Amino acid sequence: MPILQQILFVALFIVATWLFTKKAGEIKRNIFLGRPEDRSDNPSKRWKNVLLLALGQKKMFKNPLVAFLHLIIYGGFIIINIEVLELLLDGLLGTHRLFLPLLGNYYAFIINVFESLAVLVTLVCVVFLTRRNIIKLKRFANKDLEGWPKSDANYILITEIVLMSLFLLMNATDQAIQLKGSEHYKTTGSLFFSSFISPYFSNIPLSSLVVIERICWWLHIIGIFTFLNYLPYSKHLHIVLAFPNAYYSRLNAIGQMSNMPSVQNEVLYAMQPELAPTNANPPEKFGAKDVFDLSWKNLMDAYSCTECGRCTSACPANITGKLLSPRKIMMATRDRLEEVGMNINQNKAFVDDGKSLIQNYIGIEELRACTTCNACVEECPVSISPLDIIMELRRALIMEDSNAPQEWNSTFSNIENNFAPWKFAPDDRANWINEMPNN
Amino acid sequence: MKVNTMAEMLANGQTPEVLFWVGCAGSFDQRAQKITKAFATILNKVGVNYAILGKEEACTGDPARRAGNEFLFQMMAYQNIQILNGYGIKKIITTCPHCFNTFKNEYPELGGNYEVIHHTSFLQQLIDEGKIKLKEGGEFKGKKIVYHDSCYLGRSNNIYEAPRKVLEALDAELVEMKRCKSNGLCCGAGGAQMFKEDEPGNKRINTERTDEALETGATFIASACPFCNTMMTDGVKNREKENEVAVLDIAEMIAASME
Repeated sequence: MPILQQILFVALFIVATWLFTKKAGEIKRNIFLGRPEDRSDNPSKRWKNVLLLALGQKKMFKNPLVAFLHLIIYGGFIIINIEVLELLLDGLLGTHRLFLPLLGNYYAFIINVFESLAVLVTLVCVVFLTRRNIIKLKRFANKDLEGWPKSDANYILITEIVLMSLFLLMNATDQAIQLKGSEHYKTTGSLFFSSFISPYFSNIPLSSLVVIERICWWLHIIGIFTFLNYLPYSKHLHIVLAFPNAYYSRLNAIGQMSNMPSVQNEVLYAMQPELAPTNANPPEKFGAKDVFDLSWKNLMDAYSCTECGRCTSACPANITGKLLSPRKIMMATRDRLEEVGMNINQNKAFVDDGKSLIQNYIGIEELRACTTCNACVEECPVSISPLDIIMELRRALIMEDSNAPQEWNSTFSNIENNFAPWKFAPDDRANWINEMPNN
Repeated sequence: MKVNTMAEMLANGQTPEVLFWVGCAGSFDQRAQKITKAFATILNKVGVNYAILGKEEACTGDPARRAGNEFLFQMMAYQNIQILNGYGIKKIITTCPHCFNTFKNEYPELGGNYEVIHHTSFLQQLIDEGKIKLKEGGEFKGKKIVYHDSCYLGRSNNIYEAPRKVLEALDAELVEMKRCKSNGLCCGAGGAQMFKEDEPGNKRINTERTDEALETGATFIASACPFCNTMMTDGVKNREKENEVAVLDIAEMIAASME
């Protein structure tokens, strides 16, 4: 019987790991469908960002209470993984509580830490569910999240509660078994939180208790394997990608727009033809119409987004009822990228589906509403720049499609001909001098 | 008061210490011209050795770039950098955060490297050095002033303190809106929005921001950007508060308070 369980466990472990690795590989492939962009400079500054922004969650602390609650889930999640290591080894080796003899008296202490975290995580998940579904915080009741995204957030919170409950229930039954005495179930010492539950199991016969304990154990580990494979399809992927995303985040002043050296050179060669190389080819594309035209970092941003909506709550256009929502820009980019990824899975290489990010996923009216104020960039806790994507799409609208509102066309022609966005005579530029006092 | 152009100074064999980059709004917009004149008056009074480019100045290309027209931006950048480098300009002061951001962050990789100072930082420097002396009991003493952060000065370039320090020197009561500094709300003009109608929505951005400023009960809304100034002035007019609340650039406030 134990050997059968071991075989089953190993099979599950292999399938879960294989599925996860496969999907992770697909995501990596999708991200690198983007344009190359070198972000390897200044590693010390980048590591500092990982420490401050990802590990330290610096941006979250703009709201200290929420940051603290989030930290509990995050810390709980990471620390409880040590317990998962024991579960994995027990499953593979057919042992029970492998670390108990190794840690001796410390074992109960460590499990008590995990239990405390489990209780805290459960409580915070309840608070977060309440905020989303009962209090209906504005950024969570927003139309961006209608349908799957809203359920996704709830599934994550509910799964965490279930996993934590199974962990406590498993410990409770284990202690009940210990009291009845079983050679396999060695004495752990008192486990604080689960010992409140274990008395309820005292009247159940030993054999049934072992079954309940095993069910909890199996459901817990199956839950973890399932959750692992749910991650890549969910907003929860941010727990992994927040780290590389912080590392590769922009180091320049956020007011600096990315340069287009191809256009810079075009202008240079037009002004100074003697500098133009004989084999100079004009640039093929301007800006981005689809995910392929965005940089790999823009695409990693899309997978890192946890749809919290801090960007959208701070967006002046969104606040005043315009269509633009920076969060939706990120969600649309990920949706389109996933669609492209599935297209590649089915056809081995991308087959034109007649769709693009612009128009099919993100509308012109949305793009036109952006004031480039950088509030979304400033807000994002995981170093995403929705503005980067908005600007690349705007570049394609203007330079590829000559699609600009009439007023902008006038502005462009004024800048070009009168050297100012308004139609004034360039010679009048310094007329104000004549109105200086005492003149 | 005399304002020299680079060309005039060069003809007289003089080299100014700094270039005052006026910007398109400061040159042509009637409201912004007042800011320009106020700042030039301060420079003259303090005796700063400066010049303007005059007719040789042209749009930095910021609105074109942010609308998505990179070609036009690159053309303007090329021309401006040629002129600036031709005069051997080392130091630029500007009253426009958009020009400031373009010079500071975007021209260097195109070959234009200058020390760039926004006028609020320069004013703070002059006050700290004692070069600007303010009247005792000036117009703003004890008055409530709310400062509106310009996105291109604040979030884009982390300049939050200089404008506030200058306002504090006026001996006024400086109040803050809930959304201030890095959380500041845009006036609605950036990203070339200044030059087109708003997209459909339920409120104008400048109205939203002006309402927030008016809620503080301040008598003066201080700005540090000609475009923010226009947007906030429109907002105040919209709410028919122009007789009670004035929108002024920090340079105008200092010019009015100097001895």
